Amino acid sequence: MSKEELAHPELAAVEVVDDSEDLSRSEVILKGALAAGAVYGTAMVGPFVRKALAMSGGGDIEIVNFALTLEYLESAFYAEAKKRAGAKGELKKLVDLLAEDEQQHVEALTATVKQLGGKPVAEPKFEFPYDDTAGFLKLAATFEDTGVSAYNGAGPMIESKEVLGAAGSIVQVEARHAAAIRAQNGEEPAPQAFDPSLDEAQVLKAVEPFIA
Amino acid sequence: MSESSQAGLSRRRFMAVGGGSAALAAFLAACGDDSGTTTTTSTMPAKSGAGTTSETEQFGKGDIGILNYALTLEYLETAFYADVVKSGLFKGADLAVLEKFGEEEAEHVAALTAAVKQLGGKPAPEPKAEFPLESAKAVTELAATVENLGAAAYLGQAANIESPEVLASALAIHSVEGRHAAVLNTVLGKSITPDGAFAKPADAKTVLESVEPFIVG
Repeated sequence: MSKEELAHPELAAVEVVDDSEDLSRSEVILKGALAAGAVYGTAMVGPFVRKALAMSGGGDIEIVNFALTLEYLESAFYAEAKKRAGAKGELKKLVDLLAEDEQQHVEALTATVKQLGGKPVAEPKFEFPYDDTAGFLKLAATFEDTGVSAYNGAGPMIESKEVLGAAGSIVQVEARHAAAIRAQNGEEPAPQAFDPSLDEAQVLKAVEPFIA
Repeated sequence: MSESSQAGLSRRRFMAVGGGSAALAAFLAACGDDSGTTTTTSTMPAKSGAGTTSETEQFGKGDIGILNYALTLEYLETAFYADVVKSGLFKGADLAVLEKFGEEEAEHVAALTAAVKQLGGKPAPEPKAEFPLESAKAVTELAATVENLGAAAYLGQAANIESPEVLASALAIHSVEGRHAAVLNTVLGKSITPDGAFAKPADAKTVLESVEPFIVG
């Protein structure tokens, strides 16, 4: 598929790299989620994540580890943005806030995996393809929408009420981030009344190329 | 009581919800603790779980009650935005945002009504409501209060929902309420994330008490 046909070419260019060459299941699902979002739009990320988690059957520990991997991505993205020059005034304040929130999500999810008796996944390396503030904003908006969709997709797969509550309190914050970043980028902050739902056949067709 | 002081009261009540969430504080404390000795059982649904079920059961049993509770809130939001749009207090881009939010709340009403019927329940009736519409600033503040409360209300019910399909729908609405709240907070110069990195839930009792001043019959 050519770059012009992608819903989010900026997502397709994001790299998730694990030096150990032994990708964790969470990294595989994250790569698939980014690819699904790149090709079909961020609305497909939720259904993709739900399907991938259902197929892998790893339970809450795996779900939280996937969320942790997603938060690693967002946290690294904003930490890097803080170092790169460019953001000023209101945008700088927003980037600082988002960086702080995502870092707190990383810490909370790491603790949650441990409390569930699991081993938190290691942080992969990421490469974020953007050259200027406009490129940053576009990728930020797409990441935040991706995060909202991913959490909403994973939510019904979560068994523990406590984990579901924690995920809910994080996804609401991701949604608030998404709205603020989209507004900064001149986009509709709440473009739809719901994440569009997709039928099983559509989802399967979309996820097949990404799930081994 | 003047209409504007009702809005202020509602806001204070909402703020009180946030301040009282000791369970969340425990969760956050656990998050900063790598020893793993504190368990996640202290997260917010543990708090909201026991008290809220009976409060939503006045609207029906189980998921039907939760959906009807949400429907009642969405009816109020829809009526509020309809009144605001008609008030003449807003123009141009501001009016467009409020119209858009109102349309989305109306879509939530339609979806929740359909969901209640699908579960074999009777949709809750639309409450008669009146809102103070004194100035653009006061209305924007009330809108922010309502949206932040709405988001907290959905979050407070997430762990009480039994059906995965109902939960998926509720989550899809919950994040949209969060988006609305962030936009209105921004307009008011307030933080987009007033609770910090983890949004706080509100139980049904608190939410219903907060909206009660606007229900007239």
